[in-house]
Amino acid sequence: MDIALAPETLARWQFGITTVYHFLFVPLTISLAALTAGLQTAWVRTGKEKYLKATKFWGKLFLINIAMGVVTGLVQEFQFGMNWSDYSRFVGDVFGAPLAFEALIAFFFESTFIGLWIFGWDKLPKKIHLACIWMVSIGTILSAYFILAANSWMQHPVGYRINEEKGRAELTDFWRVLTQDTALTQVFHSLTAAFLTGGAFMVGIAAFHLKRKKHVPVMKTSLRLGLVTVVVGGLLTAISGDTLGKVMYEQQPMKMAAAEALWDGEGPAPFSVFAVGDVDEGHNKVAIEIPGLLSFLAKNDFESYVPGINELNEAAQEKYGPGDYRPNIPVAYWGFRWMIGFGMASFTLGLLGLWLTRKKFLLPEHLRVGEDEVPHLSLLPKKVLGPTLTKWFWRVAVLTMGFPLIANAWGWIFTEMGRQPWVVYGVLRTSAAVSPGVSQGEVITSMAVFTTLYAILAVVEVKLLVKYVKAGPPELTEADLNPPTKIGGDVRDADKPMAFSY
Amino acid sequence: MELHDVWFVLIAFLWIGYFFLEGFDFGVGVLTRLLARNRPEKRVLINTIGPVWDGNEVWLVTAGGATFAAFPEWYATLFSGFYLPLLVVLVCLIVRGVAFEYRVKRSGERWQRNWEAAIFWTSLITAFVWGLIFGNIVRGVKIDSELEYVGGIGDLFNPYALLGGLVTLSLFTFHGTVFVGLKTVGEIRERARKMSLRVGLVTAVLSLVFLLWTQADKGNGASLPALVVAVVALVAAVGVAQTGREGWAFVLSGLTVVAAVAMLFLTLFPNVMPSSLHEDWNLTVTNASSSPYTLKIMTWCAGIATPVVLLYQGWTYWVFRKRIGTHHLAEAAH
Repeated sequence: MDIALAPETLARWQFGITTVYHFLFVPLTISLAALTAGLQTAWVRTGKEKYLKATKFWGKLFLINIAMGVVTGLVQEFQFGMNWSDYSRFVGDVFGAPLAFEALIAFFFESTFIGLWIFGWDKLPKKIHLACIWMVSIGTILSAYFILAANSWMQHPVGYRINEEKGRAELTDFWRVLTQDTALTQVFHSLTAAFLTGGAFMVGIAAFHLKRKKHVPVMKTSLRLGLVTVVVGGLLTAISGDTLGKVMYEQQPMKMAAAEALWDGEGPAPFSVFAVGDVDEGHNKVAIEIPGLLSFLAKNDFESYVPGINELNEAAQEKYGPGDYRPNIPVAYWGFRWMIGFGMASFTLGLLGLWLTRKKFLLPEHLRVGEDEVPHLSLLPKKVLGPTLTKWFWRVAVLTMGFPLIANAWGWIFTEMGRQPWVVYGVLRTSAAVSPGVSQGEVITSMAVFTTLYAILAVVEVKLLVKYVKAGPPELTEADLNPPTKIGGDVRDADKPMAFSY
Repeated sequence: MELHDVWFVLIAFLWIGYFFLEGFDFGVGVLTRLLARNRPEKRVLINTIGPVWDGNEVWLVTAGGATFAAFPEWYATLFSGFYLPLLVVLVCLIVRGVAFEYRVKRSGERWQRNWEAAIFWTSLITAFVWGLIFGNIVRGVKIDSELEYVGGIGDLFNPYALLGGLVTLSLFTFHGTVFVGLKTVGEIRERARKMSLRVGLVTAVLSLVFLLWTQADKGNGASLPALVVAVVALVAAVGVAQTGREGWAFVLSGLTVVAAVAMLFLTLFPNVMPSSLHEDWNLTVTNASSSPYTLKIMTWCAGIATPVVLLYQGWTYWVFRKRIGTHHLAEAAH
C-alpha cells in the first residue's frame, strides 16, 4: 500500500492533529484554573474589588478555553479504541487503569465543580464558592498526573510482564507505573510548562490593556501575577526539562541522539546549535556546536561519552532484529530546538518584564506609581524607557503570548515522534498497534471531519477570546458584592434573576 | 462472583448512570424545539441542565475508561467496530458542549440561532445513536475468531437496532419532559406536563415492542423481571406525571431508564459482545477481561471513588434545587 496512505500513517496523523490541538487548551486550563483561584482567594481575603474583577475577567477566558479542552478530550479517550484497537488489546491491562483513575477521580471532580463555580455565584456562600474553583484546579492537576503516568509507561514501560499466551502486557506493579521517574519528571515538566503558558497568556493580555492605559488596577495586578508565573514557571520548566533530558538519555538514548543529530558517539559530546543533516548518509552536512555541553546535559559532566544515532541503530538491530530504529531525525532535532527556543524566549521576556515593572526595588521614589497608574518601565535604576520602547515592550508581550503554546506542541511532537518506531518503547511497534478492522476510508473520513470541525471551532474560540479580552473586566453588580450566606441562595427573593445563565 | 463479574456489573452501572443522567440532558436538548415557544423558554430549558450536564457527561468518559481498563478486548472491539457511529457521537458531543458554553457569549441573532439548532440536533442524534449501538451489541455483530469486528457499516442498520435508536430517543425525551416539569415554574411547566403524556405514550409503545422483542430473542430468567419493572415504571411515570407529582414522576421515569438498560446488560451476561457469526467468537467477561491484579486495583479505586462522586454530584443537584422560569434568566451576553 502507498506509504502515505497506510493505515498506520493515517492513524498517526490523526492522533497528532487531535492531540496537539487538545493540548493547546490543556496547559491554559491547568494554569488559568489555579491563577483564577488565586485571584479569587485574594478577593475573599482582602475584599479589594480589583481582585474580584480580575477573577471574573480571567475566569471568563478560562471558561471559554476549558469548554474546548473538555470536548476535545473526549476524542482522546475514544480514539485509542477506534484507531488503535490492537494497541488497546495489548496494553489495556496496564494503560487502561490510569485512564480509568483519571476519569473516576479527576474528571468527575473537575466537571462537577466547574458547574458549581459557573452557576454558583448567587447560590453558594463566598468561601464555598471559592473552594469550588480550587477543586477544579486540583482536578486539572490530578488529570494531568494520571494521563502523564500512562504516557510515561509508553515511554518507559515498567511494572508489567508479557503474557505470551494472551499476547498482551499485564500489570504487576501499579505503584511503580505511577511513581517511576519518567512519570514524575514528565508531570513536573508538563505542569511547570503549563504555568509558563498561562503566565505568558496573562502577561500578553494585561500588556494589551496597559498599552492603552485601560483597566489599569486590574491589569497591573494581572501583569505582575503573570510575570511572576512566567519567571517561576519558566525557571522550573528549564530545570525539570534538564532532569527529564537526563532521564531520557538513560531510557531512550536514541531520542536524545536524534534531538542532537549526533550521528556518531562522542566524548566529550558537543551541543548542536544548528545542523543540516543527511539521513541517507548518516552524518551532518553543516553543524555549529558548543563543545562538551551535550555531555553535561546527558550526564552532568563535560567529559562523558554520548552514544550516536548510527551505533544505537545497530545495537537496536542486534537486539530487536533487522529494521530501521531511527525516528524522524529532522523533526526530533528541530522540534527539540523550537520547544526550548520558544519556551525560553517567553521566560526571558518575563524576566525582563519583572525587572522593568518592579515596584520598589532599586527604584527611586519619583518613579514609583500609584494603584491606578501604568507602571514605568525602568531598565536602569534611575532611567525609564522612552515612549517608543515602552510601546514596543507592550507590543512584544502581546505578540509573544502564544510562544509557550508553540513550545508545548513541539515538545509533544518531539517526545512522541522521537520514540518511533515504537508505540510502547522496546515492546510494541507503532505499526502493530493500529486497528486492523478499520478501513482507510473510515480513518480518512474521521480525520477530515475532525480537522474541519477543529478548524472551525478554533476560529470561533479565538474570536470569542478576542471579544472578551477587548471588553475588559466587567463592572461589578450589587449581587456580586453581596454573595448569599446560605447554600442554594438566599430565600429572601425567590424571583431574583440568576447571577449567570446560559 | 469473580472480579470480572463485579466489573461487568460496574460497567453496566456506569452506563446506567450515564443514560439516567445524560438521558434527561438529551431530552431537554430535544425539547428546545418541541416544547419551547421562544428564546427565553429555550434558555430556561438549557439552564435547567446548565450546571450539571458536564458532570453528567463524565459518566460516559468513565464508562469508556473503565471498559478500557477492565475489558480491553471489549473496548477495542466496541470502539473500532462501531467506528462511524462513535464518530457521529463524538462530533455531536463536541459541538453540543461548546454550544452550551458559547451560545450566550454573543448576542447576535444568527449566532444564538445556530447554537440553538446545534443543541437540538446534537441531542437528538446522540440520543438515537446510543440506542442504535446498544441494539446492535445486544443483537450481536459480526465478530471473527480474532475478536475483531468484520461487519460493514450497513450491518448496523437493521430493524431491531433502528427501533432501539427510536426507543432511546423517545425515552430520553420523555425523561426530559418529566425533568423539565420538576425544574421549571410557570407556563412551561404546565406544557411540559401535557407533553409528557403524548411523548410518554409513544415511548410506551416503542419500548414495549423493543423490550418484548429483546426478551423473545435474547431474554433469560434474569432479564424478565427487569422488563416488567421497566414497563410498569414507564406506565406509572406517564400516569403520575399527569397528577402533578413531579418528583415521583421523575423517580419513575428514571427507574424506567435504569431497568431498561439493566435488562439489556442482563440479556448479554456473561457475554459482553456476542458474535453473530459463531458462538465461540463471543466476547465474554472471561476472554475480554483484564488480569485479576488490574481488576483488584480498579475495584479498590471504584469502591472508594464512586460513593464520593455520587455524594458531590448529588450535592450539586441540591444546590441548584430551585425551579427556574423565564423571569429568572440573567441578561444575555455580558
